[in-house]
This record gives sequence, structure tokens and C-alpha cells, in this order.
Amino acid sequence: MPWFRKDRKPRRPSREKLEIPADAWEKCPECGHVDIRDKFEQALEVCPECGHHRRVAVQVYIDMLTDEGSFSELYNELQSSNPLGFEGYTDKLARALRKAGSHEAVITGSATLEGDELNLGVMDFAFMGGSMGSVVGEKIARLARRSVEERVPLVMVSRSGGARMQEGVLSLMQLAKTSVMISALKRERVPYISVLTDPTTGGVSASFAMQGDVNIAEPNAVIGFAGPRVIKQTIGQDLPKGFQTAEFLLEKGMVDMVVPRVQLRATISNLLKMMQGR
Amino acid sequence: MAFVLDFEKPLVELERQIGHLRRLTRERDLEVDSEIGPLEKKLDDLRREIYEELTPMQRVQVARHPRRPYILDYVAALFTDFIELKGDRLFRDDPAIVGGWARLEGRPVMVIGHQKGRDTKENLRRNFGMPHPEGYRKALRLMEMAARFNAPIITLIDTPGAYPGLGAEERGQAAAIARNLEVMAGLETPILAAVVGEGGSGGALALGLADRVIMLSNAVYSVISPEGCAAILWNDASQKERAAEALKLTAPDLLELGLVDEVIPEPPGGAHSDPERTIAALGEAVRRHVEELAKIGSKRLIKPRAKKYMEMGRFAER
Ligand SMILES: [Zn+2]
Repeated sequence: MPWFRKDRKPRRPSREKLEIPADAWEKCPECGHVDIRDKFEQALEVCPECGHHRRVAVQVYIDMLTDEGSFSELYNELQSSNPLGFEGYTDKLARALRKAGSHEAVITGSATLEGDELNLGVMDFAFMGGSMGSVVGEKIARLARRSVEERVPLVMVSRSGGARMQEGVLSLMQLAKTSVMISALKRERVPYISVLTDPTTGGVSASFAMQGDVNIAEPNAVIGFAGPRVIKQTIGQDLPKGFQTAEFLLEKGMVDMVVPRVQLRATISNLLKMMQGR
Repeated sequence: MAFVLDFEKPLVELERQIGHLRRLTRERDLEVDSEIGPLEKKLDDLRREIYEELTPMQRVQVARHPRRPYILDYVAALFTDFIELKGDRLFRDDPAIVGGWARLEGRPVMVIGHQKGRDTKENLRRNFGMPHPEGYRKALRLMEMAARFNAPIITLIDTPGAYPGLGAEERGQAAAIARNLEVMAGLETPILAAVVGEGGSGGALALGLADRVIMLSNAVYSVISPEGCAAILWNDASQKERAAEALKLTAPDLLELGLVDEVIPEPPGGAHSDPERTIAALGEAVRRHVEELAKIGSKRLIKPRAKKYMEMGRFAER
């Protein structure tokens, strides 16, 4: 069974349009195209009409970028505490754990892709906006260090609003922490591919997400340093259409390519093979 | 007209009284020394008292004080033979960052820092010390040059942050900062970073990945400005005191969190009250750290540098 069909609910029997319950329909937020939810799901949440990529769950990327059953999670024992005693943070963490699960804002692990070993990290926007605090920085840095030690390529799928405010400067220093390990990867000539998905901004775009040997963006993802609202406030006018989109970054030379979700696996697998002389 | 912080107003009032008495002594030959003495002591005590109890937001105000020494003031006082180098060789020169060759006690070094302006005109030119990507790329060019010629790198940090504008985004602000971090991690030459004013998030860190990080006692270092944090969390920028408290952004906080190596005390009334003494105190620490780092072989710096950053962060394990 192909990877993208795994764990899907069985298709509802096809009926007349009018008989399908209202909640089984899905509307594309970009072009307004309405279709059966299954159709969106099978297309990896890409609109069959306009190609708009919607945000998808972490597991979708794990399934997409690893061989079936090969992913083994690492560092899940790391848990965020509230190191600064920041008001409200403990509650927010509890809510995020209920909502997104115990893997924090990034899930890290080792796997194979078309039989080749790789270390994979996927950020989870559902966990406090994918924000990077001590745990996220530690997991990514450890994964990169493991890649250095084992000489196994690293793939990071990023999706984050940036550093996690509630851990103050500790969060800021995670930019440096992840960077020292990516720097070691580069020195040791171990391939690193960064996939930037919607949205990747702030401290994450200003560190490991922009440090790939190859930077790949998903179509229509918002990618930038400052958030659109901050820029708008600074310049006192609306942003040009398409500003800070993946396509804009491609044109400006900040990413190597914009790759539709359905081609991501083949593109990464092929790149990693070539970067390892195969 | 001098710039006065709200909590310094009692000091200004006392200074005014002392000045008035002095004038009387001079102009009318009155004998008021016995009155001036106690007032001056009172002024000293009050200044100490105020500055020992600064709230985090008041420290932010001190760190942003327009009479605080700026990078070029440190460069002029602590270094000789400064030769400024300009441009990123790609787009333009960014005056929000200055850098160049200089000598520290005779030793050739590369000194680089954010530069704010003293007046509106200079601030417009220097963009209030908020760099564009070309500023970071200039800094990177200079740092790589320093490493090629075995010169220690000294960075002086004082910025509200990297500039959030259209051009900055178009030219890759995130990519520029990310590149600096990645390259600085691997430079085979000593790097000393000193936070002397505002350490504004990624825009500060882009010059701040170093073997040693030191900080003036009223400097601040934060992931976001207190105003920005308050606006996001409580939808109310006026809650900045509350945010400044929560963010743990003062020099003593950072020392406690293990994120800086040394805090250099400022004079009792803050750096702006006695710039010369502040610059001298920083100079002593800079010379000491550079000397210590220079003794370590340049090839033996990278691993401890990585280890230093790997240890940053606090979390629990299940
Ligand atoms: Zn559509």
C-alpha cells in the first residue's frame, strides 16, 4: 500500500451530492473550491483545483519522508519545564500537551528513506505555534549531533512562529545551540536538507531552517524573519501581494526550490543519494 | 536639554539645589560649603539607592539611554589605529553596523558592533542601530577575514533588533542572521562578545555567538522587547513592566541562567552618568578575556564553543 493511503478512513460510499452530510465537505481557503473531505485528505491537503497547500499534521510528513514502520522516535523524554516561572506558561504547556501530544513542538527520530538512513525532525505548529524553547533546541541539536556522529543525513521540516517568548533568552540561545551543531554537520560534510513549511518565521528561520545545504519551501508557505504584522506596523502600509511567500523567497534567492507536497519524498530521496555520491 | 529618566528626577532636583548653592558661593562669596557637603552625600546615597533597586523595565530604559556610550566611543577609547572597513560586497554598506581593524594593547584585532545615532539625523542614517542583511553580511566578511589572519574578534552589541522592513526581508534578513550563526560557530579565532546596551533578539545574537559573552550591568538581552511581548501576550503594550519582569532580561538574570560569563558593574548612576568609567571598566574585561582566549590554540576553540552553547537551556526529563 502506498504511504499516502496509510491509516485513512475508508472512503464513504459515493452518493448523490445532496445526500452527503454537510460536515463531509471541505472548502479551499484560497480559491473557494468545495470538494469532499476525503479528496483533500488523499491529496495531502492540497487543493485539487488551485494547488493551495494547507497545513497538515506532523504524522503526514513522517509517513511521507520515511519508509513504512522505520521511524523510531528519539528524545521524547525531554519535557518543557517553566524555567523562568513565566506567568501562564505552565497552563499553556498543559493545554499544548493535551492538544498536540507529548512530542513538544518538534518530533525527532531516526528512520530510513528508500532504504537509506536519515535523521528526521518535524515541527508541530499545533504545539504552541511550533515555538522553539529549550526542549525544541535541545532535540534538534541532539539530532544534528547524532547525524554528525553517525554520518547520517539530517532532514528538518520546519513550521514555527519563532523563539518561545515564555523561556526568554533561553529560547534565543537555542538559535545559537542548533547553529553550532549544523555548523559541525557542514564541517563533517554530512548532508542537511531543510524543508520550510507554512509558516516559518522568527528565530527558526534565522537559524537551522535557513541553514540547509538545500532549502526547500512548500508552495504558498509564509517564510520570513519578521512576521507580516510587525513589518506592516513598521512601514505603516500594507505588504505587497505575495510578500514573504515561498515563491517570493525563490525569486529572491533564499530557497533552492518550491516543491509540491506530492513530490517532496522523491526530491529529498534523490538529493540525499546524490549528496552521498550515489 | 539633558535627557532625564522619570526615576532619576529626584537626582536632578538635588543636583539643581547643589548647583544653586555653588553659584551662590561663587557669585556672592557666601559661605555655604557646610550645606553643600551633606547635600552631595545625600545625592550619592540616593543615586546608589535608586540604581540598586532598578526594576527590569528601568534597566531597559537605562540600556536605551541616549547618552550611553556607543560602539564608536568604546572603539575610540579602548583601541588604537582603528581602520573602518565598509560594505558587504553584495549590496551596500550598512551604517547600522561598524567594524574594522584596530589594535588592543598593540594586538591586531577585528572590532565590530551595532552603532546607534546621537541625534535624529545620525539615527536616520544608522537606522537606530537596526541592521539590514547587508550589515550582518559585512560583519561576516570582516569576521572571516579576521579568522584568516589569526586576529581575535571583539563584538560590541547594542541594537533594538534586526530591522523588520520590506528591503530587509527581500534581501534575506533571516538567511543573513542564520549564516552568521553557522559561520561564527566554526571560526578558528577567538570571539569575545560584549553586550553594552540593548541585546535585541536575533539581531543582537547575529554578532553574539562567541567563546565568551560579557555584559554591562544595566545592559539587557532579550528574545523580544518588553513592549512587543506585552502586545502579543496581553494585547497591551503598556504592560511592558510586567513583561520586562517576566522575560528575565537583565544582566544578573542572564548570569544566573548561565547565558553570560561575566557582568561588568556600571558606575552607581548607570553608564550614562560616567561614560569614561564605564568604558574603562569594559576595557579591562575585554583585555583580560582576549588575552586568555588568545592563549588557546585557534584550532582548539571550536569544540568548547559548541559545548558552551549545547549546555544552554533548561528542561525536565521524564
Ligand atoms: Zn483551491
